[in-house]
Amino acid sequence: MPQWIAACETDDVDPEDVVPFEHAGNSYAVYRSPDDAFFATDGYCTHERELLCDGLVMGGTIECPKHNGRFDYTSGKALGAPVLVDVRTYPTKVEDGTVYIEVP
Amino acid sequence: MTGPGGVVVVGAGECGTRAALALREEGYAGPVALVGGEPGHPYERPPLSKAVLAGSAGPTPLCTAEQLAEAGVTHLAGTAATALDTAAHTLTLADGRVLGYDRLLLATGARARTLPGAHVLRSHADAVALRERLVSGARVGIVGGGFVGLEVAATAAALGCAVTVVEAAPRPMGRAVPERIAARAAARHAEAGIDIRCGTAVARLEPGRIVLGDGGVVEVDVVVAGIGSVPETALAQAAGIAVSDGVVVDGAFATSAPDVLAAGDCCSFPHPLYDDRRLRLESWRAAQEQGAHAARALLGAREPYAAVPWFWSDQHDLCLQVAGLPGAATEEVVRVRPDGAELWFGLDAGRLVAVAGIGVGTAVAKDVRIGELLIARRAAPDPAALADPAVALKPLLRVPSPVG
Repeated sequence: MPQWIAACETDDVDPEDVVPFEHAGNSYAVYRSPDDAFFATDGYCTHERELLCDGLVMGGTIECPKHNGRFDYTSGKALGAPVLVDVRTYPTKVEDGTVYIEVP
Repeated sequence: MTGPGGVVVVGAGECGTRAALALREEGYAGPVALVGGEPGHPYERPPLSKAVLAGSAGPTPLCTAEQLAEAGVTHLAGTAATALDTAAHTLTLADGRVLGYDRLLLATGARARTLPGAHVLRSHADAVALRERLVSGARVGIVGGGFVGLEVAATAAALGCAVTVVEAAPRPMGRAVPERIAARAAARHAEAGIDIRCGTAVARLEPGRIVLGDGGVVEVDVVVAGIGSVPETALAQAAGIAVSDGVVVDGAFATSAPDVLAAGDCCSFPHPLYDDRRLRLESWRAAQEQGAHAARALLGAREPYAAVPWFWSDQHDLCLQVAGLPGAATEEVVRVRPDGAELWFGLDAGRLVAVAGIGVGTAVAKDVRIGELLIARRAAPDPAALADPAVALKPLLRVPSPVG
C-alpha cells in the first residue's frame, strides 16, 4: 500500500537544492526547485551507485556527484550519457511546513 | 572497396562510442561504423582499477547492445585499423576489410607505458590478469605514484596485499594534483599500511624484486607499472597527419588531413580558457565530452571545445576531484570544511583557474562542480569567501562574470 511519509521540513531544503531522506532501508532525495516546489526521487543515481543528494541542483536538474549524469528531477528523465536509465520519482505534498513523499 | 561510407569512428572506447551514439542524437542519418581493436562490447575504464580489480564487478558497458543496434551503429570489434588513406578516404582493417568514409574520427586513445616484467592496467584483460595475482599476503610493488598506481595500491591493500609504491618525483600525483590535496591522500595510504617511497628511482626489475636507483631492493611477488600513457598516434602518423604529443587538432578537433578529426586521449587541442595552451587530457569525462563535441564537428559545427578539464580518483574511502589546471595557478586558497573535507582553489591574476578537493565519498563533489562552473565563467571570486567554510559557494555563481 502506498503511504505518505514525512520526509523533512520545508526549511530543511534551500531553494534549488536537495537533501537525503531514508525510509525503511531505502534512500530518497528530496528537492526544492528555484520556485519552491518540492520533488522526490530515488536516492541513488541509475548509472553507478552514487548518492544524488551530494550532487549539484541547477534549475530543474540534479547532477550525479561522481560522473555528472543529469536527471530532470521533476520527471526523473535521464538527460544523456553516462546515465542511460531514468531515475524513479515519487509524489510529494506539503502540509503545515512538512514535506511528505508517497512511497510504495 | 567494401563498407559503408558515411562516418567511420576508429576506437570503441569512451570517446569513440560516445561519438558514434551522439551522431544519431544530432540527427545524422547516414552509416556509422565503430571500429575497435579490443574484442567484446564497449566498456568503461574507470572501474578497472577499483571494482573490476577487486573482483566485485564485471565490465560496465558504455551503453547497451540494444542502444548500439537502435542507433544503427555497426560495431566492428576485435579488428584494429591498420592503415588510413586520407586521399582515397579509406580505412584498412587488420582482417583486410577496407572501409570507405566521408568523415572519419580518430578516437584511438592511449596505451599504458610499459616496463618489461610488470603488469599494466589499461584494458579489461589487463585487470583480469592482474586480479589473479592480487591474493591476500602477496607483496605488490607499484612503480609510479600517479592515479593508476595509487588506485591499484588502495585496491590491492583492501585485498590483503602488502603494497609498496615507488615514485621518482618528490611527491605522489605531482603532475595534476595540488600538494596539499595529494598529501591528504598519501596520509590515507600510509594509514592503510601502504609504503609510498617518493624521490625514489627504479634502476631495473629483476625476478622477484625491484632494484632501486640508490641500490636498495624491494622484494615483490608482482609488479605493476603505473607510469603514464602514450597517445595512440601510429595510424595518424603513418597517414601523414600532424602529430606532436598526440594528434594535433584545432579547437573543433580537425586534424591536418581533410575530413579527419581526432578527439579524446589521442589528441592535443588548444584550450581557450588557458590562452589556447595545447592540452592532451587523459580523463574519462574529457573523452566523453570530446566524443559528443566531435560528433557535432563531424556534422559541420565549428565552435571550439572549451569544457573545463575535470577528473576524479577514488583511493580507499576518499575521493579527490580536480577541475581546471592547478599548474596555471599563481595564488592558492584553502577551505577546510567542518566535516574534514578540504578544498583548494588556484587563482591567476584574481581569476579562478583550478579547484581541487578531497573528502570521504562524494563529499567534495558539489563544491568542486561549483568551482568548475566558476572557472568556465572566468570568474574572479573573493579569496576570503573561498577560504571561509561558512560562506556558501553556490551564490558566487550569481555574481556577473567579468567582461572579456
